[in-house]
Amino acid sequence: MRVRLLAVVATFAALIALVAVYVVYFLESGPPAVAAVINRDGSANLTLQVVGAYGQHPFPDWVSYLVKDPSGKWRHTTIWKLPAHTLVHVTIYQFDTQTGLRNNFLAEIRGTVGGVADYTDVGDAGKGSGLANYDNTPLSVLPPAEPAHTFTVPDLDLSVPLVGVSATANNICSASPCAMSYAHNTIAFSFRTPGAGTYRWQCFVPCALGFLYGFGGPMQTIGYMDGLLEVA
Amino acid sequence: MSAAPETVGRDEPHHGRNFAIIWAVATAIMVPVSIWVIGPHIPPGSLTDDTRAQHALDVALTALSMPVLMLVWVYLAYAVINFRSDPASETIVDGPPIRGNSRIQATWLIVSAVVVIGLAAYGTVDLLTENGAGGGQGSNPLAKPSDAKSALQVQVIGQQWLWTFRYPGYGGVETAQLMLPVNREIEFHVTSLDVVHSFWAIELGVKADAVPGADNIAYVKIFRKGSFQVRCDELCGLWHGHMNTTGHIVSGAKFDSWIHATATKYAAVTKTLPKYSLTYYPTPTRNG
Repeated sequence: MRVRLLAVVATFAALIALVAVYVVYFLESGPPAVAAVINRDGSANLTLQVVGAYGQHPFPDWVSYLVKDPSGKWRHTTIWKLPAHTLVHVTIYQFDTQTGLRNNFLAEIRGTVGGVADYTDVGDAGKGSGLANYDNTPLSVLPPAEPAHTFTVPDLDLSVPLVGVSATANNICSASPCAMSYAHNTIAFSFRTPGAGTYRWQCFVPCALGFLYGFGGPMQTIGYMDGLLEVA
Repeated sequence: MSAAPETVGRDEPHHGRNFAIIWAVATAIMVPVSIWVIGPHIPPGSLTDDTRAQHALDVALTALSMPVLMLVWVYLAYAVINFRSDPASETIVDGPPIRGNSRIQATWLIVSAVVVIGLAAYGTVDLLTENGAGGGQGSNPLAKPSDAKSALQVQVIGQQWLWTFRYPGYGGVETAQLMLPVNREIEFHVTSLDVVHSFWAIELGVKADAVPGADNIAYVKIFRKGSFQVRCDELCGLWHGHMNTTGHIVSGAKFDSWIHATATKYAAVTKTLPKYSLTYYPTPTRNG
């Protein structure tokens, strides 16, 4: 009887341990948080790139964001630490081709300083019929067919559509991190962070190639096209 | 001549009568308590015509459940107190078998049938009278309010993972803010741009599925100014739990002021919106 009781207790303990290991692994397996660069004037710089294909394990063909860490190295994470009540200057190098918005309401730039973002074509990113050419052009509304992605923080009413590279451009980057010699668009804007808290952000363009309605895979995975702003 | 069956507890009190008296007293106490003490605290409150109807139904159901609840609880308590085993006795003596009781069976069947059919009738009437029960009625509602023609139309658009709202009566302006006027019939047209969502305006008592390619209509009339929570009630992916917003109910004058300011503010992006349509489909899909 005692042996049977011990066996039951040991089995139960082993199962609890397995569950605990899984939970710890799950919690620890998310992408790391990378801090923005703090400037001398107290503002912060957040530098990002968006690529059409991450190019590396485990999902080399997934579209993804990357962030530049304070040492200047590109890191594959979408959890970014920002100081509270601070002006943040965001620069996004956008290397992916255009898809267009599903909801044109998101064509408007919202929540940025001045309600605008500056758009610049680099290389032959703007090549192609019907595409506008941008040269440090401040826009408050982007033509709805042009975005490849958006950077949107719904709780902050912050949203910036990211113009896409022309599909006929000659040198489209196929794997991250992408060098600046590849065709891309540079989008720059500033916004002011709120008080401390964690705010989710996401892309609203259905840009996940090969998934139902373009919204599976990377669009549903933190570390690719969704993430968190950890404001402290 | 067979011997009379052996009975147990012949000198026992009349349990059936005692139990019935206790049950009747408990029920007589708990039914009013459920209506006038518990009832006011039962959601979803009385902000709208829908919530008032839902609240009345919830209170009625609670009150109707009290006799059944008391039947179970009183029986349990009565049995624990009166029929527990005697510690001095070494054997457990069962009572005589009961083989059918047509009066109890008939009573049980009739009461159950009356309750179930009565509730079905109540629910059906509530669904079909005035403006429905606050749920989506599809594109051709059976229950329309008498003032439907003057209702404010608001299109609710779900997408992964954001609610936006279009006001077709004001140039089709779209906004992420839901503002509604008090004391005016509201006609929600709920749809989706991608997968199935569910528009749940909790304090309004409105819940309607948002389905791509479908127009799901729900009516509500709001009686007081205030705010209400909107959530998605259909598991729709990674940020489903964040797909919420706060709606506001304001006076008619304040609504007019707000909607005109919003139409002006969003004039540039409104020009890029597709022509107002009752339904949309998931386009574009990834093309590059």
